[in-house]
Amino acid sequence: MTAGEGADGRGPERPRPDVVICPGGPMLVFGDLVVEDADGEQHRTHRPVSAVCRCGRSASAPWCDGTHKALPPKLRP
Amino acid sequence: MLTPKARGPLSAAVLDSFHGSRATAGWDGQEASDEDDLQLTLWALYELAYRGFDDVPADLEWDPGLLALRARLEEVLEERWRRRAESAEVADPFAEGLMAFIEADDGPSVATFVKREATREQALELLRWRSVYHLKEADPTSWTMPRLPVRAQAALAALQYDEYGGGDPARLHRHLFAVGLSESGLRPEEGGYVDDAPAVVLEQNNALSMFGLHRRLRGASLGHLAAFEATSSLPSRAMASGLRRLGLPESMAAYYDEHVEADAVHEQLAVRLICGTLVQDEPETRGDVVLGAFTCLDLEARFATWALERWSA
Repeated sequence: MTAGEGADGRGPERPRPDVVICPGGPMLVFGDLVVEDADGEQHRTHRPVSAVCRCGRSASAPWCDGTHKALPPKLRP
Repeated sequence: MLTPKARGPLSAAVLDSFHGSRATAGWDGQEASDEDDLQLTLWALYELAYRGFDDVPADLEWDPGLLALRARLEEVLEERWRRRAESAEVADPFAEGLMAFIEADDGPSVATFVKREATREQALELLRWRSVYHLKEADPTSWTMPRLPVRAQAALAALQYDEYGGGDPARLHRHLFAVGLSESGLRPEEGGYVDDAPAVVLEQNNALSMFGLHRRLRGASLGHLAAFEATSSLPSRAMASGLRRLGLPESMAAYYDEHVEADAVHEQLAVRLICGTLVQDEPETRGDVVLGAFTCLDLEARFATWALERWSA
């Protein structure tokens, strides 16, 4: 194992994904991009990493605001 | 920032040593008289490592006598926090377990109180206490950066870059808080309200500094970060709502709006990509990640209990 390589072999030699699905939570997206919501409205990211809502209940849609945590496990993404 | 008021014999002696009227060594047998004296002394010693005090020479940061005293006080608190965290358990897989552990926290919430019933004076009092940390927001965790394996370091850099405004000073979080304070009629200078902060607020700040400044405690630093970020979005929404209800300036509410969205990102980064990969890459840090997360939640619960009791009196 080289320095920094994980016990599961998933070391830093693997490139960072552009999108990470968080179980029960949002979708993390890296970089500057535009998200089109269900109404066709476009939202540009404004931070290095953004969290896109997957539970459909965020008051800050399309961005995650943590509301999924208030949902019972069955209703979480 | 000027030095704070002493809270007992030990802090008085340390502040005297800062000002050159007492030697910086020779602390044997000198004990803090109470919790306030202990926490303020350690807080003042740590502050030498940040932006320091205008009235204290910068080279005292590395003074061997003061560092020896700091180590003695740190030992007392580390022993206390480890004892309190003894029963904390996080299930595997670690990232999911850590998220569930933090979510299960059911401590009292000052944010809910601010949203529903706080008076304007109580909300301003809370902002003064919070200012001790928020005016150096994210700084303690930056100490941890050069002590990390590659994956955790890359993810922490992404998180801290956002804390520091993505390179834009106008969006830097501690600056946003300072602007909000100023427009609320409060003093925006760092350390401006340390004299008003109860011992438990100083203890919260001391935990951040201790975990950040010791490579040995890097796991605790990041566990604390994870718990802090993952208990921030929903309370920040409540804070913003309460501050608007009370008619406080929009800039102060907007500081909390920013944290609703930012911390919904940061909690995922901190739990999964920072703590999750750290524990995979350096399994020996697992226990300290739990210690840091527990200590963050526990100290906030102690603070909230204290504040809510004070306000209901």
